[in-house]
Amino acid sequence: MAQVGAAAMPVIVGAIVLFGFVKGVDVFDTFLEGAKEGLATSARLLPTLIGLIVAVTLVRASGLLELVCSLARPLAEVVGISPEVLPLALLRPISGSGASAYTLSLMERFGPDSETGKIASVLASSTETTFYAVAVYFGARGYKRLRYTVPAALLGDATAVVLAVLTVKLL
Amino acid sequence: MLNVLWAGMIVLSVLCALATGRIADLSVALLEGAATAVELTMSLLGSMCAWLGFLKIAEKSGLTGLFASALGPVIGRLFPEYQEDGEIQGKICMNLSANFLGLGNAATPLGLAAMEAMAAKNPGDAPTKGMILFVVINTASIQLLPVNMAAMRASCGSAEPFGILPQIWITSCAALLTCVAFCKLAERRRIN
Repeated sequence: MAQVGAAAMPVIVGAIVLFGFVKGVDVFDTFLEGAKEGLATSARLLPTLIGLIVAVTLVRASGLLELVCSLARPLAEVVGISPEVLPLALLRPISGSGASAYTLSLMERFGPDSETGKIASVLASSTETTFYAVAVYFGARGYKRLRYTVPAALLGDATAVVLAVLTVKLL
Repeated sequence: MLNVLWAGMIVLSVLCALATGRIADLSVALLEGAATAVELTMSLLGSMCAWLGFLKIAEKSGLTGLFASALGPVIGRLFPEYQEDGEIQGKICMNLSANFLGLGNAATPLGLAAMEAMAAKNPGDAPTKGMILFVVINTASIQLLPVNMAAMRASCGSAEPFGILPQIWITSCAALLTCVAFCKLAERRRIN
């Protein structure tokens, strides 16, 4: 199955170019036209990413994340999950690479097929990095009032945490 | 909202570091974070340009149009305000498909292209319902095969790297449905 995933991208690119060529599109010129837009989009994105990643790095380096997790520890014990999963639940919406690294450390420590390892796997792959997606998609356009975006997205993240625990425990 | 979150993260981090004596680490982290953002942009720049280039070919050849009409019923129901707009529908379809296939580095450029197209049609200073729903869907995950996770599990010696597929499907679908339902309710109540 891993091969299927790896094949998807080149096959799609091949199909797009072939279809365009057959339809008589000037494929290379058109590609350049689109690629040029990528340059402007990336440049607009950079300030947003700097603001975002600096804030996330500060949260992790200052020990703030550990502090919040230790406050939430009793909650984990009530629910009957290993308290080590909590930082992942908090990290997942704010940092994708941080969540991956933490998931890896959990799997190395508890084993990938242990309950904790499974909960971590499910949780890490069942949502995207909310903070990143919101900041990147809205930041590039400079919208300030995001209305109900953040509550809706965080509700999704919270649902994922509950269901990751439930599905691993019950299935 | 983002203002409060961002300010809170930074101010609380500094306070926390002051209290725990990690303030020296924090100045390193600050510069590191900024440098990481530049590295990320540079690495994203290539895939951004490449994917927007391929997207342009797909649009000009009519491929995204075909695609959008195939997914039309779903997209039309989710984004009724863009029902008449083939370009926006096509871009939304491309982003959702890239997410579904797990092509993360294609999904961001395609998603940004969709947001640009929606923003160009939006005169106001607040995002439209469609833009919010689109971003919220992108904060959830709709992945057919979580290949990266399977690879990570395999590298840790898992006996069944794909063994958690049903759990991931149930969890991610439920999370997606919850936030889409929330958006649809909020649209009706006109929350600002």
